[in-house]
Amino acid sequence: MAESKGRFGIHGGQYIPETLMNAVIELEEAYNHYKDDTDFNRELTDLFNNYAGRPSLLYYASKMTSDLGGAKVYLKREDLNHTGSHKINNVLGQALLAKKMGKTRLIAETGAGQHGVATATAAALMGMECVVFMGEEDTKRQALNVYRMKLLGADVIPVRSGTATLKDAVSETMREWTKRISDTHYCLGSVMGPHPFPTIVRDFQSVISREIKWQMMEAEGRLPDAVLACCGGGSNAIGSFYNFIEDKDVRLIGCEAAGRGIDTFETAATLNTGKLGIFHGMKSYFCQDEYGQIAPVYSISAGLDYPGIGPEHAMLHDSGRAEYVAITDDEAVEAFEYLSKVEGIIPAIESAHAVAYARKLAPSMDKDKIIVITISGRGDKDCAAIARYRGENIYE
Amino acid sequence: MSNIGRAFENGKAFIPFITCGDPDLETTAAVVRAMEKNGADLIELGIPFSDPTAEGPVIQEANIRALSAGTTTDKVFDMVRSLRSGDDPVKVPMVFMTYANVVFSYGSERFISTCAEIGIDGLILPDIPYEEKDEFIEITHKYGVDLISLIAPTSAGRISMIASEAEGFIYVVSSLGVTGVRSEINTDIGSVCSAIRDASRVPCAIGFGISTPEQAAAMAQYADGVIVGSAIVRLIAANGRDSAPVVGEYVKQMKAAII
Repeated sequence: MAESKGRFGIHGGQYIPETLMNAVIELEEAYNHYKDDTDFNRELTDLFNNYAGRPSLLYYASKMTSDLGGAKVYLKREDLNHTGSHKINNVLGQALLAKKMGKTRLIAETGAGQHGVATATAAALMGMECVVFMGEEDTKRQALNVYRMKLLGADVIPVRSGTATLKDAVSETMREWTKRISDTHYCLGSVMGPHPFPTIVRDFQSVISREIKWQMMEAEGRLPDAVLACCGGGSNAIGSFYNFIEDKDVRLIGCEAAGRGIDTFETAATLNTGKLGIFHGMKSYFCQDEYGQIAPVYSISAGLDYPGIGPEHAMLHDSGRAEYVAITDDEAVEAFEYLSKVEGIIPAIESAHAVAYARKLAPSMDKDKIIVITISGRGDKDCAAIARYRGENIYE
Repeated sequence: MSNIGRAFENGKAFIPFITCGDPDLETTAAVVRAMEKNGADLIELGIPFSDPTAEGPVIQEANIRALSAGTTTDKVFDMVRSLRSGDDPVKVPMVFMTYANVVFSYGSERFISTCAEIGIDGLILPDIPYEEKDEFIEITHKYGVDLISLIAPTSAGRISMIASEAEGFIYVVSSLGVTGVRSEINTDIGSVCSAIRDASRVPCAIGFGISTPEQAAAMAQYADGVIVGSAIVRLIAANGRDSAPVVGEYVKQMKAAII
């Protein structure tokens, strides 16, 4: 009798070729062994604190708060982590796990390049080989990150198949893994793919909400009223939500990329426009046509430009525990500029989607309410692209 | 049991794969007839998918060509329906090869009942491993369509579990990686096949990487049949709408090499 593992409600599972089944089983066994292992956790905490710069700040954005005139706004500063985003949390965990499993080579997909840079960084630190697959379109949008990965010793393979963006990079990394399994770990960058990845990545990212919780208790003596995070595959969002799921009074709000609008075909807002499907190893919601062909999604943000969403988000959406809103390119770019001017913090264009929703939400809330926005990454990588969006002739 | 068993009654089975709608469905229909006439024992029809994660570049490109030509699941069903009817119906067993989302999004029961109605004998879903088959197999059993199991070089410890529940035939994946022509196949395929034999009487056929008559003959020693995809898809890419005679000739040579 078959047993499907890794379910979040009806979502999740392991929809992958037989060739990879023993690899994910081996990974699950190793993870179950190490996740409660004292030495493993001591090493990981040491890497978090002394290499990645954790805990990241929970910053009270007083100017933004008074400008919006409603709820108090705090920013969870994942942009201050080493390598400039939350991606390092997951990567350090997975690289350490892979090392314990005797793997010597990490492969990864990347969209904006943040996960690729984080993986290349961990590989350099731990003396592992690293190959990163990146959609050719994204290698152009994020040329600086391509150079960073190469500088860190990784090979970057431009992916030309399909739409040459994140989904194609995931497909190509899966193909690469089926070719070479014994020495290679697929360091998946989001809470997606086949079990056990959605669980592993969530656990490593849940440090974000663990910290928000105690930092908020220290600062305000209570929990926030809402936690906002941008959501593509959903790793920084689930990391920001996870330790609040049982705290029913805390609203959890994922901000999806609407691209040019959810009523257009140029969007990547999966929960707002997609339907139930099976792809990239999981059952979840996907942007697709009536015959199940995966849609060529669009967003200004390479990191949110993905046609699916992690299965745990799909479950939180079904149950209504979390809300998922859609933010357009225009709104995100305005928020990118807004946070830069008002607080002196340049957010990643991905994170700017959450800032954009906070600008709508905070003014509608009372002044004694509190919202936390996870700033998942820093925006240096996006400056040239946003300048071009605004019509300036800047190239990296 | 479906008609798939018949495919293994004429010596070693030769099982060609093509992507439906590449370059158009009229060509696919003509190629199916040519393959049947030239000795194909079972035909695998690929329904194109936008993101075929188990395929190498040759079949990925065929999927793109087919989708760009406007191929849809309904049009593929219509093509099969017409091949199976009329004065000169195609009689060779046929199976669909596609990805889980193509079936699921159509409505799994609607898809599988249509397969049974139009004369499709089995279904190969490379992204449905043993652990996920239950949600499909209840329906395939209801309509008498075989859900084909795959066994890979990395299936150690899983072979008897998979083989003991297999039906139709067992698709033995010859090598690591994705589909595509290979100059050498290094897997110890003999021991994989003998482990399968210990657990199941269902015939097994080897696929992935086979293109030449010599490779086919070598693989046929171990199994009941051989599957060839990318080599044929490459012929279709080169010959377009004139592919039927070329593919027919190729199938004749390959069948002769293994019988």
